[in-house]
Amino acid sequence: MQEVAYPVLTVLVFFPLVAAVGLFFLKGDDKIRAYTLGVSIVELALSYPLFTGFKLESAAFQFVERMDWVKQWGVEYYLGTDGISFLMVVLTIAVLPLCVLCSWTYIQTRVKEFHFCLLFMTAACVGVFTALDLVLFYVFWEAMLVPMYLLIAVWGGPEKRYASLKFFLYTLAGSALLLVAIVAFRIAGGTFAIPELMEQNFAFSFQFWAFLALALAFAIKVPMFPFHTWLPAAHVQAPTAGSVILASVLLKMGTYGFLRFNLPLTPAASEYFAPFMIAISIAGILYGGIVALGQNDIKKVIAYSSVGHMGFVTLGIFLFNQRGLEGALFQMLNHGITTGGLFMMIGAVYERSHSRELDDNLGLGKYMPAYMFFWGLFALSSFGFPGTNSFVGEILVFVGAFEQNPWIGALMVPGAMVAAAYMLRISLKLAWGRPTSWKEWPDLNLREWSYLVVPAVFVLYIGLAPGLCFKVMDASLLKLEKDVKEGAKIVAMEKDNPAEVAFNSLKGIIK
Amino acid sequence: MNPYPFMPELSMFLIIALLFVQAVGSEKMRHKVGVWLPVASLLPIAVSLFSLGQEGLFFHGAYQVDPLSQFFKVAIAIGFSVTVFNATRQPTLVNEKRSDYFLFLAISGWGLMMLASSVELITMYLALELSSYALYAIIALRAKDRGAAEAAIKYIMFGAVSTAVALYGFSYILAGMHTTYLADLVQKTWTFSAAPMAVTGMALFLLGMFYKLALFPFHFWCPDVYEGASNETAAFVATLPKLGAVVILIRLAAMFKPGYDITTVIAVLGALSMTFGNLAALVQRDVKRILGYSSVAHAGYIMIGLISGTVQGLAAAAFYALAYVAMNLTCFWVVSRVSVDGRNLQLDDLNGLHKRAPALAFALAVGSFALVGLPPMAGFMGKLFLFSSGWNHGYNWLIIIAGINTAISIYYYLGMVRHAYTKDAVEGVPLPDTSAFSFTGAVLLSMLVLGLGMMPAGVFDFALKVGSVVP
Repeated sequence: MQEVAYPVLTVLVFFPLVAAVGLFFLKGDDKIRAYTLGVSIVELALSYPLFTGFKLESAAFQFVERMDWVKQWGVEYYLGTDGISFLMVVLTIAVLPLCVLCSWTYIQTRVKEFHFCLLFMTAACVGVFTALDLVLFYVFWEAMLVPMYLLIAVWGGPEKRYASLKFFLYTLAGSALLLVAIVAFRIAGGTFAIPELMEQNFAFSFQFWAFLALALAFAIKVPMFPFHTWLPAAHVQAPTAGSVILASVLLKMGTYGFLRFNLPLTPAASEYFAPFMIAISIAGILYGGIVALGQNDIKKVIAYSSVGHMGFVTLGIFLFNQRGLEGALFQMLNHGITTGGLFMMIGAVYERSHSRELDDNLGLGKYMPAYMFFWGLFALSSFGFPGTNSFVGEILVFVGAFEQNPWIGALMVPGAMVAAAYMLRISLKLAWGRPTSWKEWPDLNLREWSYLVVPAVFVLYIGLAPGLCFKVMDASLLKLEKDVKEGAKIVAMEKDNPAEVAFNSLKGIIK
Repeated sequence: MNPYPFMPELSMFLIIALLFVQAVGSEKMRHKVGVWLPVASLLPIAVSLFSLGQEGLFFHGAYQVDPLSQFFKVAIAIGFSVTVFNATRQPTLVNEKRSDYFLFLAISGWGLMMLASSVELITMYLALELSSYALYAIIALRAKDRGAAEAAIKYIMFGAVSTAVALYGFSYILAGMHTTYLADLVQKTWTFSAAPMAVTGMALFLLGMFYKLALFPFHFWCPDVYEGASNETAAFVATLPKLGAVVILIRLAAMFKPGYDITTVIAVLGALSMTFGNLAALVQRDVKRILGYSSVAHAGYIMIGLISGTVQGLAAAAFYALAYVAMNLTCFWVVSRVSVDGRNLQLDDLNGLHKRAPALAFALAVGSFALVGLPPMAGFMGKLFLFSSGWNHGYNWLIIIAGINTAISIYYYLGMVRHAYTKDAVEGVPLPDTSAFSFTGAVLLSMLVLGLGMMPAGVFDFALKVGSVVP
């Protein structure tokens, strides 16, 4: 047990929700913004015990809180964090003040509701990353859909209705079978508690179907190729803060789901499906990169680049070695920082030019040197330039891939090259392109500096000194890798034809 | 005889008596009905809550007061009260028929309460008819709307046919099993090979219940009747009779052992019902028709609890029925408040609701997301209970179909929220009712739906007792 005087995680989940109620008593848009910023900073302060109390060497769940919720069904209120979720929780909380800052002048309508959605989002996201009960996880998982839907549908661009509907339908349809899988785990394992389910070894035929049901929900959320089509639409239409949260936090939920559920609960099936998952990950990397290369809307470039980057993450996860897992988790964090930063930059330039087309924003370097500096930094990080955070993550995935099978590594190389190509292409045009009209846009103001400096510092800090992040995640990842390998071994796979066994078991499942 | 076990029925009867006096009384008295009745309708809630613990067997074993009946009596009392509050401002009802209208509503509620306690087939039949006849009369009461007359005729015709078939089936059961008492009937073997006549009869008898529940393929009346009846009447017809049907099905469920032919029939009907209901709802534009088809789908979900044949399954079905009533009443509350002139709401009429009446828009969002089964609303917990109770009892395919159906249903439920939140209002449409009355109702109902979802433990505890009364 931790020696913290109060339940840290519960506070982190519910403080934004409780504070959000205060919004309804406020009048005046600036007051609302300032209040939300204050709340987000308090939330950040409230996470302080996490940093002081987290035991780096331990792979166990920490800050655990556990009590009955619906006793008759064994549903519990069960929170905890380990090295895998810790970084995600911190990322979620850290992104909130940046979101408030970057939408300060961008959002002019229904300001109160907007900030309510932001706070609600944060609460649900922290909940997703800390829930250790399957039902509780599902509750938070779905609860975050509504504010995200509203963020896109109400404050989004011209195609917002289409984009928001697509986002909602895709993700909710994906999780429809997740609920069935959760129930199946409860019946097969006797509990909804994730740590206890991890201890058990389910039959391969069960794992096979459970893996598919879980993976569908997570693959849509990541999004993996070919389930990605909601993402560019949602990203392009969402307001800046929406894109930032979407990129930084929401997409991570999918990969987090793979790490937290698929690998430990269905290890044998994960091993069985790994080649397939790796194949579609590589397809995603290449596809995302190539499509991004041809886009003229800057936001679309970054949106498609996300498909590629998240492909690296899923690839790392299904490599099943320590380097791959480390790289995957690292990339989850890095993508949050870098792509979040890039979306904030796009928001900043959009406020000046009211266009996201590359052609309307040519030659920014002349007028906005500071802007170009940040853009350059994030762009370098985005394609994994040495010294930046993404380099560390990408190289780990590469090493993991080559360890596993040189062919996988070889197939990834073009993906990394394409990433450099599209990023350099738009950076070049933004910096030195010939402007179509005379622009006298002011360079970054203090507010913009304040929200760009934070990710910029992390880009360099993690890039140059990644040691601390390794320390946080290593113990948990080592245990995960060991558990998965052992789990896969214990659940002896039918050597001849596992698929046939699984399909035969289908009769048993749906009898 | 000790009157305490019958207090909910008696309190309801008291209301009926007062309404009767008012209905036959002078012209002046009739205007007062909207004043005293809503307050008086709280009495059955209090009384039925108070008599939750009552138990006993009466009238030669035909009438049983047990946790099952008491649970549903509370639900019926709450539903009755909400629909009465909802109907007090009914714009399409002429003043001189006001007390008659409420009289029929009360009689129907009273019949449903008795249905909850019936444990003998003839008693059940009588109670069912009592609750139905009252509804036949009031569906037509909608100003001079021709659609209402059509709806009423449809409801009567379908009702009459299904009752006739049920009665016919009942004669088969009597012939095959030589008893009409459920307690005796559950002891028998309900396989087709052992008792072909009785199984056929039971299937026919169930048809009557399926009609009330609007389960596929006995649902044809449902969307048309909702569309034709006034919004307030539809709110009643869509919710309370379902409770009556579920309570009977729970009582009969002891006969549905997994593996019995009759259970498989019910499972197949459930699967068809949810699939058909959801698919048909996708293309509707009329909000009441959407809710009509959604109720066809929800009848299918409830079947999951019934076929598992366990205490948990029956408890889950009871819980889901309660949740369903709460979510649906929330949606109908919004429909009735938005349609201030009593017209049928189209989806476009909901446009811009969040600006015109934020509380109603919020309640609509809560109600529709609950119907989807999105946490933390009541519908999610209900579905979780249903799925958990049904898994591994031989009908897993039904649960997978239910999961897929949930995904289908998202589109049209979200459609209602989408219109309310993301579209701008059309000019010239009458403004929704934003009075304190409308606000309070919307807030209370959304709190009920959210509360059932977030803290279901207490209610479910009682639902477990409900499930365990069945042998």
